[in-house]
Amino acid sequence: MSSDEPETQPRQTIHDSTAPSTDTRDSRIGEGVDDRFNSKLREAFGASPFILTKFDEFMNWVRGNSMFMLQFGIACCSIEMIHTYAIKHDVDRYGAGVPRASPRQADVMIVPGTIVSKFGPRMKRVYDQMPEPKFVVGMGSCTISGGPFQEGYNVVKGAEEIIPIDIHVPGCPPRPEALIYGILKLQERIQNGESSPVVVKPYELEQFGDLPEDELVQKLASEIDEDDLVMRYNWADSP
Amino acid sequence: MSTGIEQTPADGETLTEDELEALIGDRAIARDDHMNAPGFVVNPDEVQSVLSDLKERAGYDHLSCVTAQEYEDRYESIYHLKKYADASDEVSVVVPTASHDPVSESAEQVFRTADWHEREAYDLVGIEYADHPDLRRILLPETWQGHPLSKGYDQEKPQVVTLSEHANPLEGDHRESGGESDTMFLNIGPHHPATHGVLHVETVLDGETVVDVEPDIGYLHRCEEQMCQQGTYRHQIMPYPDRWDYVSSGLLNEWAYARAIEDLADIEVPEYAQVIRTMGAELCRIASHMLALGTFALDVYGEFTAIFQYTFRDREVVQDILEDLTGQRMMFNYFRVGGVAWDLPEPREEFFEKTRDFLDELPAKVAEYNDMVTSNEIFQTRCIDTGVLEPEVAKDYGCTGPVARGSGVDYDLRRDDPYGYYENLDWDVVTRDGCDNYARVLTRMEEVEESAKIIQQCLDLLEDWPEDDREVQANVPRTLKPDADAETYRAVEAAKGELGIYIRSDGTDKPGRFKIRSPCFSNLQALGEMAEGEYIPDLVASLGSLDIVLGEVDR
Ligand code: SF4
Repeated sequence: MSSDEPETQPRQTIHDSTAPSTDTRDSRIGEGVDDRFNSKLREAFGASPFILTKFDEFMNWVRGNSMFMLQFGIACCSIEMIHTYAIKHDVDRYGAGVPRASPRQADVMIVPGTIVSKFGPRMKRVYDQMPEPKFVVGMGSCTISGGPFQEGYNVVKGAEEIIPIDIHVPGCPPRPEALIYGILKLQERIQNGESSPVVVKPYELEQFGDLPEDELVQKLASEIDEDDLVMRYNWADSP
Repeated sequence: MSTGIEQTPADGETLTEDELEALIGDRAIARDDHMNAPGFVVNPDEVQSVLSDLKERAGYDHLSCVTAQEYEDRYESIYHLKKYADASDEVSVVVPTASHDPVSESAEQVFRTADWHEREAYDLVGIEYADHPDLRRILLPETWQGHPLSKGYDQEKPQVVTLSEHANPLEGDHRESGGESDTMFLNIGPHHPATHGVLHVETVLDGETVVDVEPDIGYLHRCEEQMCQQGTYRHQIMPYPDRWDYVSSGLLNEWAYARAIEDLADIEVPEYAQVIRTMGAELCRIASHMLALGTFALDVYGEFTAIFQYTFRDREVVQDILEDLTGQRMMFNYFRVGGVAWDLPEPREEFFEKTRDFLDELPAKVAEYNDMVTSNEIFQTRCIDTGVLEPEVAKDYGCTGPVARGSGVDYDLRRDDPYGYYENLDWDVVTRDGCDNYARVLTRMEEVEESAKIIQQCLDLLEDWPEDDREVQANVPRTLKPDADAETYRAVEAAKGELGIYIRSDGTDKPGRFKIRSPCFSNLQALGEMAEGEYIPDLVASLGSLDIVLGEVDR
């Protein structure tokens, strides 16, 4: 094989830099046959490249690089979240930019705001509707701890009391750059196949009839059906 | 542009305080003047007659807000009345009710807007309103126990919240009853892209026609009033206003609090600081209206690309300028009691240049929006003559801001109840008399141009301001303790309309009662009027054109 002919066999090593051996443009409009091997990486793989890897690892890699985000706006943080999707920050560059309106099409949920008692059960329901595997980014102080509203009578002290959270992005609100960093960290974890342990005992949706009988339950018995789903907030136990 | 609809009192003139006293007569059991307005104390069973006299015979046609609170020995509801024709003419009607039996007559028959305001008072404070058409909780879940802003409420007690199906309120006339009507119940939200946050709209459809709409709010009720009541006047309250209307309207909201507390504690703001405030506030208005336009286009076209991205591109520029000025992109916390936190950023020339560049490019951008949006045929078909809100209805619901001005109600607090530096500048109030979705969008777009005019003038002033006279803050005592029992209600023109704050001082360094009158809360209440009888897509457009922010609706 002479050296000025394009190589058609895989090579064992990549010499010197990894930069393409020819510019894409040159290889396209240059003379002769189109040199498809203008990348050294591609040269290393050969003409009909195949890769051997573990299926799990491949899946994690794919998952991390193609994340469908749930279009989920709650409070102030969601404005910065929209800015992260929009022009200038454009999180789509990282393979994480398609906001889906339906939870059934989404892999990642960014929780951008304060969770209050009335919204808790609804958020849990939305989370439950997402197909497995699913990931959650907690955006802002409110999802971490209740943030500036932590002492409020109606505010859940962090989204983690209701659903598991993989990545916390602190800030009030976090800048778009911070959210992007959080998303990249999440991708890294997904690619490594890591998942987060649940650190608090979350509030559950349960049937009203299953709640332990106490003063409150007796009082509400006339208003709520036995098999209605309810969430019971024990404010006194909150962190 | 229309001249607006003037409504003058029956006798065509303003009543003096003595005449008011005569009008109310012995129905007033005492006087309880507030710093902003004369106050008349009336018995709980004479609310309707007093309010309707004030409305019909004295021209107080705007029930701006209802404040409820509990004292040691009684409950109290305050009706803050104003005139659409003259916002600085105010009067308060104070209705005390006994602690053991807090029942008071509802004002709903006189002002439609009292419906939601009284439900909120019932929900949070626990006052009951006789004759109220639908007295149930509005912000907290139906199953909540206790009234959190009343005395002796125990925040540690557990609560149970349900996740149950909602019933069709019109089910009665469903098939069985004659087979004619066939209605369908549709939940929109609380997680839905068209609700601009966590709003839940309970809709009943007959075919494609909306027959009943009931906004269900409270999914973002984060106890803002409680938070403000726990904070000290001087520093701890100012961060919260940023989070009411959070679409970068921060400075406008901060101004509402600043105005109320400066009134209460009698603080004079240096002129230089007023100019900076005015400029900052108008920048916020532009950012806010840009978002309104972008999301409205998103609602109407249903696409996440062109227009939405264009408006966000422009918002980024405004946010950059605001970040230079305040140090933050959204939650500015820039106003201080008695002024602003600091002077313009150095080098000043750079800041001026950057802002001027933005203003210079704005007309071309507005023209671009007009090309893409308002002159678009599809857009027009979707917006013209849909979501109609007649001026009288708008007033009855206490609508303000672009929503009212789009219906020809010529009401803008920047001009009618002047504050800041607006009086000395040359600008116009935009009104349109289309009363439809289209008119509201155009009103906002024209307001952007007016804001640009204001900013331009402020920049000129700031540039020439003598260097040794750049005072950004008045001298304010370390701990502010306004006189006990001083009460005031002050409002500013925020991006969405009249944002009012009621503060009662109890002599300490924290407010005894802090009440927020949110423009979106009143505007949203009118949704039913705009949407019922129209097609379901128009409901989405109408909701978008109201430009609500749930943080402000629920507080
Ligand atoms: S963390 Fe701050 S910005 Fe985010 S939702 Fe909470 S209050 Fe708003």
